[in-house]
Amino acid sequence: MSGSASSCAIVGAAESRLGVCPAGTTPYDLMAEASARALDDCGLALTDVDGVFAATTQTRFATTGLCEYLGLRPRYQDSTQIGGASSLSHIAHAAAAIRLGLCEVALIAHASTQRSIGRAAASPREPNPYETPYRPFLPVTAYALAAKRHMHQYGTTRAQLAAVAVAARKWAMLNPAAWSRDPLTIEDVLSSRMISDPLTIRDCCLVSDGGGAIVLTSVERARDLHKVPIAVAGVAEMLSHHSISSMLDLTETAAVRTGREALAQAGLALSDIDVVELYDAFTINTVMFLEDLGFCGKGEGGALVEGGAIEPGGELPVNTNGGALSYCHPGMYGLLLVIEAVRQLRGEAGARQVVPCNAALVHANGGVFSTQATAVLARLRG
Amino acid sequence: MNEPASQSPLGEFRRYLRLGQLAFQRNGDGKPVFYPRVLDPADGGPVTWAVSNGTGTVYSTTTLFDPDGSARNVALIDLDEGFRMMSRVEGVASDRVEIGMRVRFFVGSDEQGEPIALFAPVGEDRA
Repeated sequence: MSGSASSCAIVGAAESRLGVCPAGTTPYDLMAEASARALDDCGLALTDVDGVFAATTQTRFATTGLCEYLGLRPRYQDSTQIGGASSLSHIAHAAAAIRLGLCEVALIAHASTQRSIGRAAASPREPNPYETPYRPFLPVTAYALAAKRHMHQYGTTRAQLAAVAVAARKWAMLNPAAWSRDPLTIEDVLSSRMISDPLTIRDCCLVSDGGGAIVLTSVERARDLHKVPIAVAGVAEMLSHHSISSMLDLTETAAVRTGREALAQAGLALSDIDVVELYDAFTINTVMFLEDLGFCGKGEGGALVEGGAIEPGGELPVNTNGGALSYCHPGMYGLLLVIEAVRQLRGEAGARQVVPCNAALVHANGGVFSTQATAVLARLRG
Repeated sequence: MNEPASQSPLGEFRRYLRLGQLAFQRNGDGKPVFYPRVLDPADGGPVTWAVSNGTGTVYSTTTLFDPDGSARNVALIDLDEGFRMMSRVEGVASDRVEIGMRVRFFVGSDEQGEPIALFAPVGEDRA
């Protein structure tokens, strides 16, 4: 677990171009574009940045390459790579670095061009001699095995999983930046091409180009900048396993612990949370994270989502940008979750704005339910 | 390394497989350790090799559809000794492999012809 955090705030947040980019675009192009927009968002300049945090699947030298591209020689940097939870891990590490005086203005960036160059090139798999011979489609087969087990233990149905994709689509239809905005029904999801049963192509996230960046600084400095500062009230991360065959219980993730820890740091309860942004790489993820984070009991996630509770107008707004399922998924999607939470907390979310919106819970996942990180973000008062 | 081990954990696992045996490890308390390692992940202590009796239960299963539309199985198997591994259940259509099904180990080969551990439903063992 990383400590937190409430002494720092997110002051700038922006996406790069999303979807599909011109041939030859690199992750550095997109990270730089998002970084410039995020700095513009808060009124800071590249020359103010003295801490850089970045990860991509397309380079092992993310901060090294990004700093070269941006002409930065920061006092502090961190390229922690734990898959889709990396950017939340970077927030935890940046908050600690700011608190310790190791840097004052932290830039966190992520990008991918996986749609343009293909997933095989963007995210080469590391061979595992105890799994690779069986040729699983990773990561989808791992999540399919979890979904199968969840269905077996709790009676969760494919239609309940499909309800997650339908809810995400309804939110995406309210977001002009979303990739998939055509109406989607339960039947559409169920009748789509099966990839690794019980998951069809519509139970799986998009494959997008895109990226994002956020700027963090101390609460004191944050008050002088353009936008309402969004406090990092709590943030926690945990690693539980690497390969799916080493996950102890396929129906429960380390989100049980990171969620509790992040809320405790923030001094908030689930009932204080107005909006939830969680990493829906596959429909089963949303179901399991809602359970593990405590929004319902274990095994009750299917019933929760099929009732429409997480759709626009529902009692628990979840993945208000349309999620990785319908908005955008440039791999390692955690940073785009944070950007949506910041926009909701600032009241900038347009047709999809949740009202009131004072506190948000962001949960990111990496690998095959391997790495979990939760952040609680809140509008800074007075 | 000044004192090289005669075999890597993976090399030893494969040596057992070539003999037709499914190997795993036990820690100092007799608890199973899998995949094979150079130490016990519980406390860093030593591990010793053991041979599974090869029977187990399907913990989870999925049918994958290759681009040509053909179906195949990937499953997680809980061996009776208390360790779990990924494998494939053969000898039955993949969509008939069920969680809780009893299965027995046999040695098959991968695309490179290397021996790999596979499973078949108990009662439908290969000759």
